[in-house]
Amino acid sequence: MILIICPNCGRRNAQEFRYGGEVNPRPKQPLEVKDDAWADYLYMRDNRSGVQKEWWYHQAGCQLWFLAERNTQTNELLRTYLLDWS
Amino acid sequence: MSLKLIRQAFTNTPPPRMWHQPEFKERYDVVIIGGGAHGLACAYYLAKEHGITNVAILEKRYIGSGGSGRNTTIIRSNYLTPEGVRFYNESVKLYEQMSAEFDFNVMFSQRGHLTLAHTDSAVRTMRRRAEVNQLQGVDSHLIWPDEIKKLCPPIDVSEHPRYPILAALYHPPGGIIRHDAVVWGYAHHADRMGVHIHQLTELTGIRVENGQVVGVETNRGYIKTGMVLNATAGWCSLIAAMAGVRLPVTTFPLQACVTEPLKPFLDVIIVSGSLHVYVSQSDRGELVMGAAVDPFASYSMNGSLAFTEGISGHILELFPALSHVRILRQWAGLCDMTPDYSPIMGFTPVKGFVVDVGWGTYGFKASPISGKTMAQLIATNSTPDLIHPFRLSRFYENDLVGEKGAASVGH
Ligand SMILES: Cc1cc2nc3c(=O)[nH]c(=O)nc-3n(C[C@H](O)[C@H](O)[C@H](O)COP(=O)(O)OP(=O)(O)OC[C@H]3O[C@@H](n4cnc5c(N)ncnc54)[C@H](O)[C@@H]3O)c2cc1C
Ligand SMILES: [Zn+2]
Repeated sequence: MILIICPNCGRRNAQEFRYGGEVNPRPKQPLEVKDDAWADYLYMRDNRSGVQKEWWYHQAGCQLWFLAERNTQTNELLRTYLLDWS
Repeated sequence: MSLKLIRQAFTNTPPPRMWHQPEFKERYDVVIIGGGAHGLACAYYLAKEHGITNVAILEKRYIGSGGSGRNTTIIRSNYLTPEGVRFYNESVKLYEQMSAEFDFNVMFSQRGHLTLAHTDSAVRTMRRRAEVNQLQGVDSHLIWPDEIKKLCPPIDVSEHPRYPILAALYHPPGGIIRHDAVVWGYAHHADRMGVHIHQLTELTGIRVENGQVVGVETNRGYIKTGMVLNATAGWCSLIAAMAGVRLPVTTFPLQACVTEPLKPFLDVIIVSGSLHVYVSQSDRGELVMGAAVDPFASYSMNGSLAFTEGISGHILELFPALSHVRILRQWAGLCDMTPDYSPIMGFTPVKGFVVDVGWGTYGFKASPISGKTMAQLIATNSTPDLIHPFRLSRFYENDLVGEKGAASVGH
Protein backbone atom coordinates (compact mmCIF):
# COMPACT_ATOMS: atom_id res chain seq x y z
CA MET A 1 0.00 0.00 0.00
CA ILE A 2 1.67 3.17 -1.23
CA LEU A 3 -1.21 5.58 -1.63
CA ILE A 4 -4.25 6.21 0.55
CA ILE A 5 -7.28 8.19 -0.52
CA CYS A 6 -8.16 10.69 2.19
CA PRO A 7 -11.89 11.55 1.92
CA ASN A 8 -10.82 15.16 2.25
CA CYS A 9 -7.49 15.49 0.37
CA GLY A 10 -7.67 12.65 -2.13
CA ARG A 11 -4.76 10.40 -3.08
CA ARG A 12 -1.75 10.92 -0.80
CA ASN A 13 1.44 9.07 0.17
CA ALA A 14 0.63 6.41 2.81
CA GLN A 15 3.42 7.70 5.02
CA GLU A 16 1.34 10.81 5.77
CA PHE A 17 -1.23 8.65 7.56
CA ARG A 18 -1.42 6.86 10.88
CA TYR A 19 -3.19 3.56 11.34
CA GLY A 20 -5.91 3.63 14.02
CA GLY A 21 -6.74 -0.05 14.43
CA GLU A 22 -9.77 -2.20 13.66
CA VAL A 23 -13.20 -0.69 14.24
CA ASN A 24 -14.20 -1.68 17.76
CA PRO A 25 -17.44 0.00 18.84
CA ARG A 26 -17.42 1.49 22.34
CA PRO A 27 -20.16 0.11 24.62
CA LYS A 28 -23.21 2.40 24.41
CA GLN A 29 -23.81 2.69 28.18
CA PRO A 30 -20.33 2.67 29.72
CA LEU A 31 -21.59 2.93 33.31
CA GLU A 32 -23.77 -0.17 33.00
CA VAL A 33 -21.16 -2.33 31.33
CA LYS A 34 -19.80 -5.21 33.44
CA ASP A 35 -16.03 -5.28 34.02
CA ASP A 36 -15.51 -8.32 31.79
CA ALA A 37 -17.33 -6.74 28.88
CA TRP A 38 -15.27 -3.58 29.40
CA ALA A 39 -12.04 -5.64 29.29
CA ASP A 40 -13.31 -7.29 26.09
CA TYR A 41 -13.82 -3.87 24.57
CA LEU A 42 -10.41 -2.57 25.70
CA TYR A 43 -8.24 -5.54 24.79
CA MET A 44 -9.85 -8.29 22.70
CA ARG A 45 -9.60 -7.99 18.93
CA ASP A 46 -10.89 -9.90 15.88
CA ASN A 47 -7.53 -9.44 14.12
CA ARG A 48 -9.17 -10.50 10.92
CA SER A 49 -7.39 -12.02 7.93
CA GLY A 50 -9.32 -10.66 4.95
CA VAL A 51 -11.41 -7.52 4.57
CA GLN A 52 -11.35 -5.44 7.74
CA LYS A 53 -13.00 -2.15 8.70
CA GLU A 54 -10.45 0.14 10.29
CA TRP A 55 -9.57 3.67 11.34
CA TRP A 56 -7.01 5.95 9.67
CA TYR A 57 -5.81 9.40 10.60
CA HIS A 58 -4.38 11.93 8.12
CA GLN A 59 -1.67 13.00 10.52
CA ALA A 60 0.65 14.92 8.21
CA GLY A 61 -2.25 16.39 6.28
CA CYS A 62 -5.75 17.59 7.16
CA GLN A 63 -5.87 15.71 10.53
CA LEU A 64 -9.07 13.91 9.61
CA TRP A 65 -10.03 10.58 11.19
CA PHE A 66 -11.81 8.35 8.66
CA LEU A 67 -12.74 4.73 7.94
CA ALA A 68 -11.32 2.27 5.46
CA GLU A 69 -12.01 -1.22 4.22
CA ARG A 70 -8.77 -3.05 3.54
CA ASN A 71 -7.87 -6.63 2.78
CA THR A 72 -5.29 -7.51 5.45
CA GLN A 73 -3.93 -10.41 3.36
CA THR A 74 -3.05 -8.29 0.33
CA ASN A 75 -3.17 -4.74 1.76
CA GLU A 76 -5.54 -3.80 -1.05
CA LEU A 77 -7.48 -0.72 0.02
CA LEU A 78 -11.07 -1.24 -1.12
CA ARG A 79 -12.61 2.02 0.02
CA THR A 80 -12.18 4.96 2.38
CA TYR A 81 -15.11 6.97 3.74
CA LEU A 82 -16.32 9.20 6.54
CA LEU A 83 -18.07 7.92 9.63
CA ASP A 84 -21.83 8.39 9.35
CA TRP A 85 -22.67 10.10 12.66
CA SER A 86 -26.44 9.78 12.22
CA MET B 1 30.03 -35.14 15.80
CA SER B 2 33.25 -35.08 13.79
CA LEU B 3 33.68 -38.87 14.15
CA LYS B 4 30.18 -39.29 12.78
CA LEU B 5 31.11 -37.08 9.82
CA ILE B 6 34.29 -39.02 9.05
CA ARG B 7 32.43 -42.33 9.18
CA GLN B 8 29.76 -40.93 6.91
CA ALA B 9 32.37 -39.92 4.35
CA PHE B 10 33.35 -43.59 3.83
CA THR B 11 29.87 -45.01 3.34
CA ASN B 12 27.44 -44.84 0.45
CA THR B 13 24.25 -44.67 2.46
CA PRO B 14 22.68 -41.26 2.93
CA PRO B 15 22.58 -39.96 6.51
CA PRO B 16 19.37 -40.82 8.37
CA ARG B 17 16.51 -38.36 8.05
CA MET B 18 16.39 -35.69 10.77
CA TRP B 19 12.66 -36.40 11.13
CA HIS B 20 10.12 -38.64 9.39
CA GLN B 21 6.85 -38.23 7.53
CA PRO B 22 4.53 -40.45 9.55
CA GLU B 23 0.93 -41.39 8.70
CA PHE B 24 -1.94 -39.71 10.57
CA LYS B 25 -3.09 -41.50 13.70
CA GLU B 26 -6.79 -41.52 14.51
CA ARG B 27 -6.18 -40.02 17.93
CA TYR B 28 -3.41 -38.04 19.65
CA ASP B 29 -3.17 -37.13 23.33
CA VAL B 30 -1.93 -33.65 22.39
CA VAL B 31 -2.17 -31.81 19.06
CA ILE B 32 0.14 -28.82 18.67
CA ILE B 33 -0.78 -26.27 16.00
CA GLY B 34 2.26 -24.52 14.51
CA GLY B 35 5.66 -26.04 13.73
CA GLY B 36 7.75 -23.14 14.97
CA ALA B 37 10.34 -23.30 17.72
CA HIS B 38 7.61 -22.91 20.37
CA GLY B 39 5.42 -25.79 19.22
CA LEU B 40 8.41 -28.06 18.60
CA ALA B 41 10.00 -27.24 21.96
CA CYS B 42 6.74 -28.05 23.75
CA ALA B 43 6.56 -31.43 21.98
CA TYR B 44 10.18 -32.10 22.89
CA TYR B 45 9.59 -31.42 26.59
CA LEU B 46 6.27 -33.31 26.67
CA ALA B 47 8.14 -36.39 25.47
CA LYS B 48 11.38 -35.86 27.35
CA GLU B 49 10.16 -34.75 30.76
CA HIS B 50 6.64 -36.12 30.98
CA GLY B 51 6.72 -39.27 28.85
CA ILE B 52 3.84 -37.96 26.71
CA THR B 53 4.78 -39.09 23.20
CA ASN B 54 1.42 -39.57 21.47
CA VAL B 55 1.75 -36.01 20.20
CA ALA B 56 1.22 -34.47 16.76
CA ILE B 57 2.52 -31.17 15.41
CA LEU B 58 0.46 -29.73 12.56
CA GLU B 59 2.30 -27.24 10.36
CA LYS B 60 0.59 -25.74 7.33
CA ARG B 61 3.83 -25.11 5.43
CA TYR B 62 7.23 -26.43 6.55
CA ILE B 63 8.66 -26.30 10.07
CA GLY B 64 10.35 -22.98 10.79
CA SER B 65 8.48 -21.22 7.97
CA GLY B 66 6.98 -18.68 10.40
CA GLY B 67 8.78 -16.28 12.70
CA SER B 68 11.13 -19.04 13.85
CA GLY B 69 12.91 -19.00 10.49
CA ARG B 70 12.64 -15.25 9.92
CA ASN B 71 13.85 -13.67 13.13
CA THR B 72 17.12 -11.90 13.83
CA THR B 73 17.98 -14.37 16.61
CA ILE B 74 18.74 -12.01 19.47
CA ILE B 75 18.73 -13.82 22.80
CA ARG B 76 18.91 -11.83 26.03
CA SER B 77 17.26 -11.43 29.43
CA ASN B 78 17.74 -7.73 30.30
CA TYR B 79 14.02 -6.93 30.36
CA LEU B 80 12.22 -4.32 32.44
CA THR B 81 9.83 -6.20 34.73
CA PRO B 82 11.04 -8.73 37.35
CA GLU B 83 8.65 -11.40 35.99
CA GLY B 84 9.97 -10.83 32.46
CA VAL B 85 13.63 -10.91 33.51
CA ARG B 86 13.18 -14.13 35.53
CA PHE B 87 11.39 -15.87 32.68
CA TYR B 88 13.77 -14.90 29.84
CA ASN B 89 16.78 -15.66 32.01
CA GLU B 90 15.66 -19.29 32.40
CA SER B 91 15.51 -19.41 28.61
CA VAL B 92 19.05 -18.08 28.23
CA LYS B 93 20.26 -20.85 30.56
CA LEU B 94 18.54 -23.50 28.43
CA TYR B 95 20.10 -22.03 25.28
CA GLU B 96 23.54 -22.20 26.90
CA GLN B 97 23.30 -25.99 27.20
CA MET B 98 21.40 -26.60 23.94
CA SER B 99 24.27 -27.64 21.64
CA ALA B 100 25.40 -30.26 24.16
CA GLU B 101 21.85 -31.45 24.80
CA PHE B 102 21.12 -31.85 21.07
CA ASP B 103 24.61 -33.02 20.06
CA PHE B 104 24.08 -30.50 17.28
CA ASN B 105 25.76 -27.11 16.94
CA VAL B 106 23.22 -24.29 17.28
CA MET B 107 26.06 -21.72 17.16
CA PHE B 108 24.96 -19.74 20.21
CA SER B 109 27.37 -16.82 20.39
CA GLN B 110 27.09 -14.74 23.59
CA ARG B 111 28.91 -11.73 22.24
CA GLY B 112 27.33 -8.98 24.35
CA HIS B 113 24.29 -6.79 23.77
CA LEU B 114 24.24 -2.96 23.97
CA THR B 115 21.05 -0.89 24.14
CA LEU B 116 21.97 2.71 23.38
CA ALA B 117 20.49 5.69 25.19
CA HIS B 118 20.35 8.99 23.28
CA THR B 119 18.31 11.05 25.76
CA ASP B 120 18.29 11.69 29.51
CA SER B 121 15.01 9.85 29.91
CA ALA B 122 16.41 6.83 28.08
CA VAL B 123 19.43 6.86 30.42
CA ARG B 124 17.01 6.80 33.36
CA THR B 125 15.14 3.79 31.92
CA MET B 126 18.46 1.98 31.36
CA ARG B 127 19.47 2.61 34.98
CA ARG B 128 16.19 1.19 36.15
CA ARG B 129 16.57 -1.85 33.90
CA ALA B 130 20.11 -2.43 35.16
CA GLU B 131 18.83 -2.39 38.76
CA VAL B 132 15.93 -4.77 38.03
CA ASN B 133 18.28 -7.06 36.08
CA GLN B 134 20.90 -7.17 38.83
CA LEU B 135 18.28 -7.94 41.49
CA GLN B 136 17.37 -11.02 39.43
CA GLY B 137 21.03 -12.01 39.13
CA VAL B 138 21.37 -10.97 35.49
CA ASP B 139 24.66 -9.46 34.27
CA SER B 140 23.62 -5.97 33.11
CA HIS B 141 25.03 -2.50 33.74
CA LEU B 142 25.38 1.00 32.34
CA ILE B 143 28.44 1.99 30.32
CA TRP B 144 29.53 5.35 28.89
CA PRO B 145 30.68 6.43 25.41
CA ASP B 146 34.39 5.66 25.97
CA GLU B 147 33.63 2.06 26.86
CA ILE B 148 31.04 1.77 24.07
CA LYS B 149 33.75 2.85 21.63
CA LYS B 150 36.10 0.17 23.00
CA LEU B 151 33.51 -2.59 22.53
CA CYS B 152 32.43 -1.25 19.15
CA PRO B 153 35.14 0.78 17.35
CA PRO B 154 33.15 1.70 14.19
CA ILE B 155 30.33 3.41 16.08
CA ASP B 156 30.09 7.21 16.08
CA VAL B 157 30.07 8.38 19.72
CA SER B 158 30.82 12.00 18.82
CA GLU B 159 28.43 14.88 19.35
CA HIS B 160 27.80 15.27 15.61
CA PRO B 161 24.74 13.05 15.07
CA ARG B 162 21.27 14.42 15.63
CA TYR B 163 20.89 12.08 18.62
CA PRO B 164 24.36 11.66 20.18
CA ILE B 165 24.98 8.50 22.19
CA LEU B 166 24.94 9.25 25.94
CA ALA B 167 25.22 5.76 27.44
CA ALA B 168 24.32 2.12 26.89
CA LEU B 169 22.85 -0.72 28.87
CA TYR B 170 25.47 -3.47 28.53
CA HIS B 171 24.34 -7.09 28.82
CA PRO B 172 27.37 -9.38 28.28
CA PRO B 173 25.43 -12.71 28.06
CA GLY B 174 23.21 -11.41 25.23
CA GLY B 175 23.88 -13.16 21.94
CA ILE B 176 22.76 -14.53 18.60
CA ILE B 177 22.15 -18.09 17.46
CA ARG B 178 21.40 -20.13 14.34
CA HIS B 179 17.59 -20.16 14.41
CA ASP B 180 17.15 -22.97 11.85
CA ALA B 181 19.39 -25.24 13.90
CA VAL B 182 17.22 -24.65 16.97
CA VAL B 183 14.09 -25.62 15.00
CA TRP B 184 15.77 -28.68 13.49
CA GLY B 185 17.25 -29.78 16.81
CA TYR B 186 13.88 -29.79 18.55
CA ALA B 187 12.23 -31.48 15.55
CA HIS B 188 14.87 -34.19 15.37
CA HIS B 189 14.77 -35.10 19.05
CA ALA B 190 10.97 -34.88 19.31
CA ASP B 191 10.73 -37.19 16.27
CA ARG B 192 13.15 -39.70 17.81
CA MET B 193 11.02 -39.83 20.97
CA GLY B 194 7.90 -40.66 18.93
CA VAL B 195 6.31 -37.27 18.24
CA HIS B 196 4.62 -37.03 14.80
CA ILE B 197 5.54 -33.95 12.76
CA HIS B 198 2.98 -33.35 10.00
CA GLN B 199 4.08 -30.69 7.54
CA LEU B 200 1.81 -29.30 4.79
CA THR B 201 -1.04 -29.97 7.22
CA GLU B 202 -3.32 -27.03 7.88
CA LEU B 203 -5.73 -26.74 10.76
CA THR B 204 -9.16 -25.75 9.40
CA GLY B 205 -11.41 -26.23 12.42
CA ILE B 206 -11.57 -27.16 16.10
CA ARG B 207 -14.47 -29.28 17.35
CA VAL B 208 -15.69 -28.27 20.79
CA GLU B 209 -18.49 -30.17 22.60
CA ASN B 210 -19.90 -28.91 25.93
CA GLY B 211 -16.97 -26.53 26.34
CA GLN B 212 -14.36 -29.26 25.81
CA VAL B 213 -12.16 -29.82 22.74
CA VAL B 214 -12.85 -33.23 21.16
CA GLY B 215 -10.96 -33.02 17.86
CA VAL B 216 -9.51 -30.97 15.04
CA GLU B 217 -10.25 -30.70 11.32
CA THR B 218 -7.37 -30.42 8.88
CA ASN B 219 -6.90 -30.35 5.13
CA ARG B 220 -5.91 -34.03 5.48
CA GLY B 221 -8.82 -35.17 7.62
CA TYR B 222 -10.15 -35.30 11.17
CA ILE B 223 -8.09 -36.12 14.29
CA LYS B 224 -9.52 -36.94 17.71
CA THR B 225 -7.85 -35.22 20.65
CA GLY B 226 -8.78 -33.68 23.98
CA MET B 227 -5.86 -31.22 24.11
CA VAL B 228 -4.90 -28.59 21.53
CA LEU B 229 -2.03 -26.13 21.92
CA ASN B 230 -2.19 -22.97 19.81
CA ALA B 231 1.44 -22.07 18.98
CA THR B 232 0.84 -20.16 15.76
CA ALA B 233 2.21 -16.72 16.68
CA GLY B 234 1.10 -14.28 13.93
CA TRP B 235 -1.87 -16.48 13.01
CA CYS B 236 -2.99 -17.21 16.58
CA SER B 237 -6.19 -15.12 16.49
CA LEU B 238 -7.46 -17.17 13.54
CA ILE B 239 -6.82 -20.49 15.31
CA ALA B 240 -8.36 -19.20 18.56
CA ALA B 241 -11.47 -18.07 16.66
CA MET B 242 -11.94 -21.71 15.53
CA ALA B 243 -12.37 -22.60 19.21
CA GLY B 244 -14.56 -19.55 19.86
CA VAL B 245 -11.86 -17.73 21.84
CA ARG B 246 -10.91 -14.06 21.30
CA LEU B 247 -7.39 -12.91 22.07
CA PRO B 248 -5.91 -9.47 22.81
CA VAL B 249 -3.66 -9.79 19.77
CA THR B 250 -3.08 -7.77 16.61
CA THR B 251 -0.84 -9.10 13.85
CA PHE B 252 1.80 -6.73 12.48
CA PRO B 253 4.55 -7.52 9.96
CA LEU B 254 8.13 -7.03 11.10
CA GLN B 255 10.85 -6.60 8.51
CA ALA B 256 14.56 -7.27 8.55
CA CYS B 257 17.38 -7.14 6.03
CA VAL B 258 21.01 -8.12 5.56
CA THR B 259 23.90 -6.40 3.82
CA GLU B 260 26.48 -8.01 1.59
CA PRO B 261 29.10 -9.90 3.65
CA LEU B 262 31.88 -7.86 5.23
CA LYS B 263 35.11 -8.74 7.02
CA PRO B 264 34.66 -8.85 10.82
CA PHE B 265 33.29 -5.40 11.63
CA LEU B 266 30.98 -5.65 14.60
CA ASP B 267 31.54 -7.91 17.62
CA VAL B 268 28.57 -6.92 19.74
CA ILE B 269 24.85 -6.48 19.13
CA ILE B 270 23.79 -2.82 18.92
CA VAL B 271 20.22 -1.71 19.59
CA SER B 272 18.86 1.82 19.55
CA GLY B 273 15.27 2.30 20.64
CA SER B 274 15.28 6.00 19.82
CA LEU B 275 16.53 5.38 16.28
CA HIS B 276 14.30 2.30 15.82
CA VAL B 277 17.12 0.09 14.67
CA TYR B 278 19.29 -2.84 15.74
CA VAL B 279 22.20 -4.62 14.09
CA SER B 280 24.54 -7.58 14.55
CA GLN B 281 27.02 -9.33 12.27
CA SER B 282 26.33 -12.93 11.29
CA ASP B 283 28.98 -15.65 11.03
CA ARG B 284 28.77 -15.21 7.25
CA GLY B 285 29.77 -11.57 7.63
CA GLU B 286 26.40 -10.06 6.72
CA LEU B 287 25.10 -7.26 8.89
CA VAL B 288 21.65 -8.34 10.08
CA MET B 289 19.45 -5.31 10.69
CA GLY B 290 15.93 -4.74 11.90
CA ALA B 291 13.58 -2.08 13.19
CA ALA B 292 10.17 -1.73 14.81
CA VAL B 293 7.02 -3.36 13.36
CA ASP B 294 5.37 -1.97 10.21
CA PRO B 295 3.03 0.99 10.78
CA PHE B 296 -0.22 -0.94 10.19
CA ALA B 297 -1.66 -4.40 10.96
CA SER B 298 -1.41 -6.99 8.19
CA TYR B 299 -1.02 -10.67 7.32
CA SER B 300 1.03 -9.80 4.23
CA MET B 301 4.73 -10.60 4.29
CA ASN B 302 5.72 -8.16 1.53
CA GLY B 303 8.65 -5.89 2.21
CA SER B 304 8.51 -2.13 1.71
CA LEU B 305 10.85 0.57 0.45
CA ALA B 306 9.89 2.74 3.43
CA PHE B 307 11.55 0.16 5.65
CA THR B 308 14.88 -0.01 3.79
CA GLU B 309 14.96 3.77 3.45
CA GLY B 310 14.31 4.32 7.14
CA ILE B 311 16.72 1.72 8.39
CA SER B 312 19.55 2.85 6.10
CA GLY B 313 19.33 6.40 7.39
CA HIS B 314 19.41 5.30 10.99
CA ILE B 315 22.22 2.79 10.55
CA LEU B 316 24.34 5.47 8.86
CA GLU B 317 23.79 7.78 11.79
CA LEU B 318 25.42 5.14 14.02
CA PHE B 319 27.96 3.78 11.51
CA PRO B 320 28.87 6.42 8.89
CA ALA B 321 31.50 4.03 7.48
CA LEU B 322 28.75 1.81 6.05
CA SER B 323 27.59 4.33 3.45
CA HIS B 324 28.90 2.24 0.52
CA VAL B 325 27.66 -1.13 1.75
CA ARG B 326 24.73 -2.60 -0.16
CA ILE B 327 21.62 -4.30 1.18
CA LEU B 328 21.49 -7.86 -0.13
CA ARG B 329 17.96 -8.94 0.75
CA GLN B 330 14.98 -8.09 2.94
CA TRP B 331 12.06 -10.09 4.28
CA ALA B 332 9.16 -9.92 6.73
CA GLY B 333 7.49 -12.13 9.31
CA LEU B 334 4.23 -11.83 11.24
CA CYS B 335 4.21 -10.72 14.86
CA ASP B 336 1.36 -11.30 17.31
CA MET B 337 1.46 -8.06 19.29
CA THR B 338 -0.22 -7.78 22.70
CA PRO B 339 -1.16 -4.58 24.59
CA ASP B 340 1.53 -5.09 27.28
CA TYR B 341 4.32 -6.48 25.08
CA SER B 342 4.16 -9.74 27.03
CA PRO B 343 3.11 -13.22 25.93
CA ILE B 344 -0.14 -15.05 26.62
CA MET B 345 0.49 -18.52 27.99
CA GLY B 346 -1.88 -21.04 29.48
CA PHE B 347 -5.54 -21.91 29.81
CA THR B 348 -8.49 -20.37 27.97
CA PRO B 349 -12.22 -20.58 28.78
CA VAL B 350 -12.43 -23.66 26.49
CA LYS B 351 -11.28 -26.89 28.19
CA GLY B 352 -8.51 -28.60 26.29
CA PHE B 353 -7.59 -25.44 24.35
CA VAL B 354 -4.39 -23.82 25.64
CA VAL B 355 -2.32 -21.04 24.11
CA ASP B 356 1.35 -20.09 23.85
CA VAL B 357 1.05 -16.89 21.82
CA GLY B 358 1.56 -13.13 21.91
CA TRP B 359 5.26 -13.51 21.14
CA GLY B 360 5.36 -10.31 19.15
CA THR B 361 8.82 -9.28 18.02
CA TYR B 362 10.68 -10.97 20.88
CA GLY B 363 9.54 -14.59 21.17
CA PHE B 364 12.34 -16.61 19.63
CA LYS B 365 14.51 -16.23 22.71
CA ALA B 366 11.69 -17.68 24.80
CA SER B 367 11.25 -20.91 22.83
CA PRO B 368 13.04 -23.31 25.24
CA ILE B 369 11.48 -22.07 28.47
CA SER B 370 8.04 -21.68 26.86
CA GLY B 371 8.20 -25.24 25.57
CA LYS B 372 9.28 -26.49 28.95
CA THR B 373 6.66 -24.63 31.00
CA MET B 374 3.81 -25.27 28.54
CA ALA B 375 4.65 -28.99 28.57
CA GLN B 376 4.49 -28.89 32.36
CA LEU B 377 1.16 -27.05 32.22
CA ILE B 378 -0.30 -29.63 29.84
CA ALA B 379 1.09 -32.62 31.74
CA THR B 380 0.06 -31.45 35.22
CA ASN B 381 -3.03 -29.43 34.28
CA SER B 382 -1.77 -26.53 36.40
CA THR B 383 0.07 -23.28 35.67
CA PRO B 384 3.79 -23.18 36.60
CA ASP B 385 4.66 -20.14 38.78
CA LEU B 386 7.12 -18.81 36.22
CA ILE B 387 4.37 -18.19 33.64
CA HIS B 388 1.51 -17.28 35.96
CA PRO B 389 2.03 -13.54 35.17
CA PHE B 390 1.36 -14.29 31.47
CA ARG B 391 -2.06 -15.97 31.85
CA LEU B 392 -4.88 -14.81 29.53
CA SER B 393 -7.10 -13.87 32.49
CA ARG B 394 -4.73 -11.00 33.45
CA PHE B 395 -6.62 -8.82 30.99
CA TYR B 396 -9.79 -9.29 33.05
CA GLU B 397 -7.98 -8.84 36.37
CA ASN B 398 -6.29 -5.52 35.60
CA ASP B 399 -2.91 -7.17 36.01
CA LEU B 400 -0.97 -6.38 32.82
CA VAL B 401 2.81 -6.88 32.70
CA GLY B 402 4.05 -3.66 31.03
CA GLU B 403 7.17 -4.74 29.16
CA LYS B 404 7.03 -2.10 26.40
CA GLY B 405 10.12 -0.22 27.54
CA ALA B 406 12.34 -3.24 26.93
CA ALA B 407 10.62 -5.04 24.09
CA SER B 408 9.32 -2.64 21.47
CA VAL B 409 12.45 -2.30 19.33
CA GLY B 410 15.10 -4.33 21.12
CA HIS B 411 13.67 -7.72 20.25
C1 LIG C 1 11.97 -10.04 11.30
C2 LIG C 1 11.79 -10.61 12.68
C3 LIG C 1 12.80 -10.48 13.64
C4 LIG C 1 12.66 -11.03 14.91
N1 LIG C 1 13.71 -10.93 15.76
C5 LIG C 1 13.64 -11.57 16.95
C6 LIG C 1 14.80 -11.60 17.79
O1 LIG C 1 15.84 -11.03 17.46
N2 LIG C 1 14.70 -12.24 18.99
C7 LIG C 1 13.55 -12.87 19.38
O2 LIG C 1 13.54 -13.44 20.46
N3 LIG C 1 12.45 -12.87 18.58
C8 LIG C 1 12.47 -12.24 17.38
N4 LIG C 1 11.37 -12.25 16.55
C9 LIG C 1 10.12 -12.87 17.02
C10 LIG C 1 10.14 -14.38 16.83
O3 LIG C 1 10.51 -14.68 15.51
C11 LIG C 1 8.78 -15.02 17.13
O4 LIG C 1 8.23 -14.50 18.31
C12 LIG C 1 8.92 -16.52 17.30
O5 LIG C 1 9.66 -17.07 16.25
C13 LIG C 1 7.57 -17.19 17.39
O6 LIG C 1 7.76 -18.58 17.33
P1 LIG C 1 6.54 -19.56 17.28
O7 LIG C 1 7.08 -20.92 17.25
O8 LIG C 1 5.58 -19.21 18.36
O9 LIG C 1 5.77 -19.17 15.93
P2 LIG C 1 6.21 -19.32 14.38
O10 LIG C 1 7.61 -19.67 14.21
O11 LIG C 1 5.70 -18.11 13.68
O12 LIG C 1 5.38 -20.58 13.96
C14 LIG C 1 3.98 -20.56 13.81
C15 LIG C 1 3.65 -21.59 12.74
O13 LIG C 1 2.23 -21.79 12.70
C16 LIG C 1 1.93 -22.18 11.39
N5 LIG C 1 0.49 -22.05 11.16
C17 LIG C 1 -0.24 -20.91 11.04
N6 LIG C 1 -1.52 -21.20 10.80
C18 LIG C 1 -1.63 -22.56 10.77
C19 LIG C 1 -2.71 -23.47 10.55
N7 LIG C 1 -3.97 -23.04 10.31
N8 LIG C 1 -2.47 -24.81 10.58
C20 LIG C 1 -1.18 -25.27 10.82
N9 LIG C 1 -0.14 -24.44 11.02
C21 LIG C 1 -0.35 -23.10 11.00
C22 LIG C 1 2.77 -21.25 10.54
O14 LIG C 1 2.97 -21.76 9.23
C23 LIG C 1 4.07 -21.16 11.35
O15 LIG C 1 5.07 -22.04 10.88
C24 LIG C 1 11.46 -11.69 15.27
C25 LIG C 1 10.43 -11.82 14.33
C26 LIG C 1 10.59 -11.31 13.04
C27 LIG C 1 9.48 -11.47 12.05
ZN1 LIG D 1 -6.60 14.61 4.47
